[in-house]
Amino acid sequence: MNQDKVDLDSPPPANRGLLVMAAILLAIPVVALLWVDSYARIEPVVAGFPFFIWYQFLWVFLCSAMTWGAYRLIEIARPRRHLGGRESGR
Amino acid sequence: MNSGVNYPALAVLVGLFLLVTVMGFWATNWRKAENLESLDEWGLGGRKFGTWVTWFLLGGDLYTAYTFVAVPAAMFAAGAVNGFFAVPYTIILYPIIFIFMARLWSVSFRHGYVTPADFVRGRYGSKNLSTAIAITGILATMPYIALQLVGIQAVLEVVGLGGSGSLLAKDAPLFIAFALLAAYTYSAGLRAPAVIAFVKDALIYLVIIVAIIYLPSRVGGWANVFDAAQQKMAATNPTTNRPVGVFLPSTANYWAYATLALGSAMALFMYPHSITATLSSHSRNTIRRNATILPAYSFVLGLLALLGWVAIAAGTQPIGLDGKPNAQLVIPQLFEDMFPGWFAGVAFAAVAIGALVPAAIMSIAAANTFTRNIYKEWVNPAATHAQEARVSKIFSLLVKGFALIFVLTLDKQNAINFQLLGGIWILQTFPAIVFSLYTRWFHPSGLLFGWVAGMWYGTNAAYNVVNPATGAHFGGSVALIPMIGKLGYIALNAFALNAIVSAVLTVILNAMKVPSGSDETRKADYFADEGDPSAEKTKVEAGVVEAVA
Repeated sequence: MNQDKVDLDSPPPANRGLLVMAAILLAIPVVALLWVDSYARIEPVVAGFPFFIWYQFLWVFLCSAMTWGAYRLIEIARPRRHLGGRESGR
Repeated sequence: MNSGVNYPALAVLVGLFLLVTVMGFWATNWRKAENLESLDEWGLGGRKFGTWVTWFLLGGDLYTAYTFVAVPAAMFAAGAVNGFFAVPYTIILYPIIFIFMARLWSVSFRHGYVTPADFVRGRYGSKNLSTAIAITGILATMPYIALQLVGIQAVLEVVGLGGSGSLLAKDAPLFIAFALLAAYTYSAGLRAPAVIAFVKDALIYLVIIVAIIYLPSRVGGWANVFDAAQQKMAATNPTTNRPVGVFLPSTANYWAYATLALGSAMALFMYPHSITATLSSHSRNTIRRNATILPAYSFVLGLLALLGWVAIAAGTQPIGLDGKPNAQLVIPQLFEDMFPGWFAGVAFAAVAIGALVPAAIMSIAAANTFTRNIYKEWVNPAATHAQEARVSKIFSLLVKGFALIFVLTLDKQNAINFQLLGGIWILQTFPAIVFSLYTRWFHPSGLLFGWVAGMWYGTNAAYNVVNPATGAHFGGSVALIPMIGKLGYIALNAFALNAIVSAVLTVILNAMKVPSGSDETRKADYFADEGDPSAEKTKVEAGVVEAVA
């Protein structure tokens, strides 16, 4: 890997499109859960649980999946750039 | 209610407590360092925790005993807006920290920062701003540690210890528990809570899963639980002539629910203990991988919150040893009523050990902050790594001693009020820390005055919330949002003011060409990862040589 000339005053190169997609994935759960109006109701009740309760539990999993998706996207979008002075690995 | 001591529960509680004590002292040998005498080792565990250790550590750190006691208590006493907001809060927390914590890890790794105030100091070269950040962190953490003791007290009270007898006998168990914690934290540093976190989390998961499967069947199923909660919340409180609480948020409190979730999520990773646990990981992406798996705890927290409503259906009467009702006792009381003694003991141990992990990390984090940003900054700028570690160890003892005195001598309500204020205060460090991870546009003096404005407004607004039943100040954390006219979380209102003042003053100060200080960080630092050159590594190695020579 060519590490001789890393410009320390620039961020590592990145694929902007993928970064934007990752940002959208991260924003969806935040918007969904802050929009309380969309889920503050009792019906439909599932297994005794009001919608308000089970819907928010559902978002635990959705959010986790979306965050994982964002993580994979960012890994691809911005490959690791080593900063000079190779160290004797750990 | 409490007829004497529950001996089977007490025996299990004491047994598990002794187990973690032994583990805490043994932790010194875990991933043994050549030399514990530096903050990187004592205070950050050598910065080498991987994804799973970090998961246990952060889970043990963020989901505290107080949370486990207070969230169901809020559900039990006041309903969904006060209690269940913890669920959206701990969900949206992770996308939010996913975005900025990796940058903070990288820049801290490159420059050897141990605390957020270290970063602010390096970014702006401003002692005043970094001291303000440090003091806020310490002030917000102290009552939080005190509240961990309240969690242990709740358990001890339900087991039947304390209450009668002399002051000394009453508080002796709490005192012994905390003295042991202080001793092993002193010797093993961050390694102690990291090791104990495994036990804590395993117990919590076990207890919650058993409780959530078994208890609803005892009280007639979930439908019955929600009916009982709805009935209780809709009833009229005779003192205030208003409903007892909120079953589901209505138009009037959508804003409160959403702002409590958002403000709390933004604030949590400004606490020194959250940042300490993050910086102890070995790579930039550990925290991001953790953001995808930490929600497992949020799920458990949600279930736990619902136990507050299970207690309503079960008719639990949380009455303290002083004979007064105390909602904080509702979860331990529910367990004692419903479970056989030995399993109640396991549950109590989960809560009590759940208090030790965060209390240890919080005191380490507060101690690191004091050492790096007050002692080293103002008292002894030439401090060596060994001196820093020594000061931190002593300060961690002082912090715990202070918390103990606080809880034993003052009314518990003081600790709860300060904790509420702490949440408002700590969010006021967000602009200086998080905005600065992305831009150097802000002027350090602008940020400092923004912080002053936010602290002043937030403290005032919280003081002015009066509890309608008791007439006491600090009656809650929501107030009218200026201009929007809805109830919202005070911390977020103060944060908005803080950000606006910071921006306006920055424009003015830049126009007046007031020098805005030096910046020792460079763009590439915010993306550094393990294996890249790090300032601290070379310094620590030099320190070891110095110590050997």
